[in-house]
Amino acid sequence: MRKYEVIFVVRPDITEEEIAKLIGLMEGVVAGAGGAVEKVEKLGRRRLAYRVARQREGFYVLFLVSGSGDTVKEFERRLKVTDAVIKYMTVRVDEEMERAAKLKELRAKQEARRPRLKPAAAPPAPAAGEPAVG
Amino acid sequence: MTEPRSSAPPQDRPPRKDGSGGPGGRKQYFRRRKVCKFCTEKIDWVDYKDVRLISQFVSERGKILPRRLTGTCSPHQHELTTAIKRARNIALLPFAAAV
Repeated sequence: MRKYEVIFVVRPDITEEEIAKLIGLMEGVVAGAGGAVEKVEKLGRRRLAYRVARQREGFYVLFLVSGSGDTVKEFERRLKVTDAVIKYMTVRVDEEMERAAKLKELRAKQEARRPRLKPAAAPPAPAAGEPAVG
Repeated sequence: MTEPRSSAPPQDRPPRKDGSGGPGGRKQYFRRRKVCKFCTEKIDWVDYKDVRLISQFVSERGKILPRRLTGTCSPHQHELTTAIKRARNIALLPFAAAV
């Protein structure tokens, strides 16, 4: 199972209710294609950096989906045929997430080691330094 | 000769006025050493959705700023580049902004 982040932009003239309905529909699509929705996030209305489908604004929705390539294929196909969606992008994130988790773990380990080292190293340092100078 | 410094400049060259080496060393004024923002702030994943962060690394024109200007380290510049390109694809950042 891989993890994908699907982000799509809905036309700004679509109401909140319809967006909620669309999200519900897309959740169904994921389930139907053998995947699982891990997170749905409405990123909200944003100004687009450039015009897309003659729109200057868009409503961003983020899906975190775990599944196979076929799940994503079906998801993207549905987005493509939905007129309200003007742009979408899928990014595979499992490898990046694993790497980030690894880094985080490493950092936590280092942090745990550091306070233990500091009190132990600090007191003998002046004592050891003085005879060397004198 | 008194201090055994490994990073001491070669003896045949006069000491630099700002006391630093590397690019910008010949400039007369002091220049703060640039450090990688992602390393110092311990960001271990450059996210394309974080427009506020990423937009600091593109020019007014929307171009990706080079490492020599921002001080980003090589691995993070690599991640940043990918993130900026993804952000462009989903219209979070411009491909080319009007000036």
